[in-house]
Amino acid sequence: MGMTMAEKVLARRSGRAVVRPGDIVVTDVDLIVLADTVFSDTPDTLPTDLLRVAHPDRIVVLMDHGVPAPNERYARAQRRAREHARRLGFREVADVGGGGIEHQLIFERCLALPGQLVASNDSHTSAAGVLNCAARGLGLADILQLAATGRTWYRASPTVRFVLEGELPFGVYGKDVFLHLSQLYGSQEGHDIEFGGPGLETMPLDDRATLATMCTELNANFVMMPVDALLREHIAAVTDAAYEPVEPDPDAEYAAVHVVDLAEVKPRIALPHRINGNVRSAAAVAADGIRIDQAFIGSCANGKLSDLRIAARLLEGRSVADGVRLIVTPGSQAVYLEALRAGYIETLTEAGAVVTNSTCGACAGGHLGVLAPGEVCITSSTRNFRGRMGSADAEIYLASTATVAASAIEGVIADPMPHLVERPVA
Amino acid sequence: MTGRERDWVLTGRARVFAEDDINTDQIMPRRGFELPPDEQSALVLDSIRPGWAATVRDGDILIAGRRFGCGSSRPAPLVIARTGIAAVVAESLGDIFLRNAVAYAVPVLECPGVLEAVAEGHEVEVDIARGTVANLTTGAAAASTPLPAMLLDTIAAGGVHALLRRDGYLAPVG
Repeated sequence: MGMTMAEKVLARRSGRAVVRPGDIVVTDVDLIVLADTVFSDTPDTLPTDLLRVAHPDRIVVLMDHGVPAPNERYARAQRRAREHARRLGFREVADVGGGGIEHQLIFERCLALPGQLVASNDSHTSAAGVLNCAARGLGLADILQLAATGRTWYRASPTVRFVLEGELPFGVYGKDVFLHLSQLYGSQEGHDIEFGGPGLETMPLDDRATLATMCTELNANFVMMPVDALLREHIAAVTDAAYEPVEPDPDAEYAAVHVVDLAEVKPRIALPHRINGNVRSAAAVAADGIRIDQAFIGSCANGKLSDLRIAARLLEGRSVADGVRLIVTPGSQAVYLEALRAGYIETLTEAGAVVTNSTCGACAGGHLGVLAPGEVCITSSTRNFRGRMGSADAEIYLASTATVAASAIEGVIADPMPHLVERPVA
Repeated sequence: MTGRERDWVLTGRARVFAEDDINTDQIMPRRGFELPPDEQSALVLDSIRPGWAATVRDGDILIAGRRFGCGSSRPAPLVIARTGIAAVVAESLGDIFLRNAVAYAVPVLECPGVLEAVAEGHEVEVDIARGTVANLTTGAAAASTPLPAMLLDTIAAGGVHALLRRDGYLAPVG
């Protein structure tokens, strides 16, 4: 009996011949990413200054959750992060002005390579699955233990395989594919997810990355995508380091295999205050004429250059509707710079949007777009949970960047298709 | 102390949240991050039942639905424990929540069927190491697979921070 992609990475890294679902695997990892939040004061107020670490060359520290520091708590955390990196000799620090959101940075800088095992304290770490990495989020204490001792544990999960067929249709994005899977199959808790099939290769890397990121919201553990020519090209542009991708064995065992026809995917929206079991088509929600106060484009899911391109294309020569705040947060400072050079930031600013520096920002309700009671927001970020973006009495709708941009223009939750047909995005 | 040496049997009043998919934004809302620990724990599950944390008595046992604690990696089990909750027993747990519970030494059990066996206010006896729940009020029971010994050992040792201090990775307290 063969192994899935995630089982192969766990086996390779831990030196086992075979890994099966249910096995507890104690292993080191290839890359440990510590976000600024690792160094925050925690509710137990215990001192967490590390005295030594096993593999400083595998540790990257980055500031993303609150950047630049919106309060003294974040300022203290980031000071401690820098101090740790200096004192213990970590591989890299991506600091204010030089980085961005973790999962975008891992992808654009290829901080990890195909076939590697990646751990971080952020729950959306499965995003690195787009790079053929086995990656998932751990808790703050777990990541501290991993950074210190160099080792952690995983309970290997059964795998659900999604075979994507057909082509990604016009006007439909990685976020819509995720919402489609959420609607059809719901939560996959306790399982790894593996993607394959010819349809995946029709998806641009940005859309695949969005899909891998959002599988966290299906409660998946590891999320794996295979290597193809497009990914190899992306990696080659960044590094000439060698890597060993994993592919699933033909006789790998799956808890379920679902064949998904991409042609059936349409723009979709998750209604407040949950995603799974709560998704409708954008056209149906648009018919309700739901007025919005805020529209947000950003986060590790949708702060990519392609997101800013779509938003700029739809908003060029138009204005954000009266009474609506459109906030656009690039996924990294590199995305910001490219968007600046491409003219997207000028276009968005002329239309009345606020373009912020790169940070988790409004997605995590920390700063740069916190919601008041009674407000309605449509967002292309990661979660629409009650209280996620500020007040527990705010309502959050979750969709693709195109749907958010179209809604910002109309002032009500909108179907992006008429906008996209009028202005197809190159 | 190893997991086999600790007394894993806990008895307490059941506090039931039967809803599925209660997430960490509801358990540990962002607006509490800058507050002192006691005020932060006062917000636990507040958006579902306002003021609930103040009604917890030390030793109460939280009984929850499916995928309890799904969502972010924030240390939700820790703020729950600070309300006085002695253990969390759920139909199923979010993966990172389970890991966090172990790491912060909060006794947890995934026990499918627990919601059928227990209702709010019942007296329950939970055996974390054996994976059993006994309803002392009604006589009903539920059973499941307990955590592996390695993880019980981490809880028994006082969690990850205690282990790291023991092994010289963190400075000792005081």
